[in-house]
Amino acid sequence: MEFKVLKDILSANDQIAVENRELLDGNKVFAVNVMSSPGSGKTSTILQTIKGLKDKVKIAVIEGDVSSSIDAEKISKEGITALQINTGGECHLDANMLNRAIKNLPLEQIDLLFIENVGNLICTAEFQLGMHKNLVISSTAEGDDKPLKYPLMFTVADVVLINKMDLQPYIDFDVEAYKKAVVALNQRAEIFEISCTTGQGIDAWLAWLKKQMGI
Amino acid sequence: MHELAITEEMVKLVAEEAARAGIEKVEKINLIVGKLTGYVNESIQFYFDVLSKNTVAEGAQLFFETIPGMLQCNSCRKTFELDHFDYICPVCNGVGVKLVGGNELRVESIEGD
Repeated sequence: MEFKVLKDILSANDQIAVENRELLDGNKVFAVNVMSSPGSGKTSTILQTIKGLKDKVKIAVIEGDVSSSIDAEKISKEGITALQINTGGECHLDANMLNRAIKNLPLEQIDLLFIENVGNLICTAEFQLGMHKNLVISSTAEGDDKPLKYPLMFTVADVVLINKMDLQPYIDFDVEAYKKAVVALNQRAEIFEISCTTGQGIDAWLAWLKKQMGI
Repeated sequence: MHELAITEEMVKLVAEEAARAGIEKVEKINLIVGKLTGYVNESIQFYFDVLSKNTVAEGAQLFFETIPGMLQCNSCRKTFELDHFDYICPVCNGVGVKLVGGNELRVESIEGD
């Protein structure tokens, strides 16, 4: 006999994502899922954000990596709570990994939580985590074709940062073509040009973030 | 590599649904996979063969229906297949689209006794 199932394979993940959101909301934590290719500047952007906001809000970071705790160590140096998740081979974080991590954080003492996802533009977009906003970072060094190659990632983005703008004069990266492709696919996401090295554009990104947090 | 995680979930879901349906041996699993998910059928099959051992789904055949990436034009509302990556509507040349298909990952049905 044939039995109709009609269920999303990731429905169990999505249910836990809803639970994660409730847990965060219950503790008034605003959470941002940070996604990009490896080396686009996820950790650097988080560090710049910490620098700009740590006097105003209490920040914590969950670092997702296949292995190592290099990123968590960089964040801890700033006096910020950092929790490392090693996925042990998995190329993305899922809602359940996040659920365990969140429960290990002092949520009542946190205003802003960054989830640094595994560097990967494909499957990280498919696993809902239950965070409030999806931040997607591209860097000029990667080339301007990323929104054309990874439509799913740019569909789920709430905000897009183009990092390493200081390198742009030396690189064949067409900012307008990149933006046009993002906007064609996603009219909701705001796009900011930044450089974590020079600090260019960081204020505009921080202003956007503060507005979302209502501060 | 990410096929491992979703195949684990799929085997779990199939076992739950088989129990619900009173199926003791699953013969066929009909899957819907959107093209934009990037999942590779052969890879799902590979992990399935390993993960389904000693479950109700052991030895079941997997059937894949692939759904293409589909976009809907924000201007003329026509839907079209994402076959070239510029996100421009082939009907009205409008720029501005919404993704309406291609990100599916679903167990459509199971068959067995």
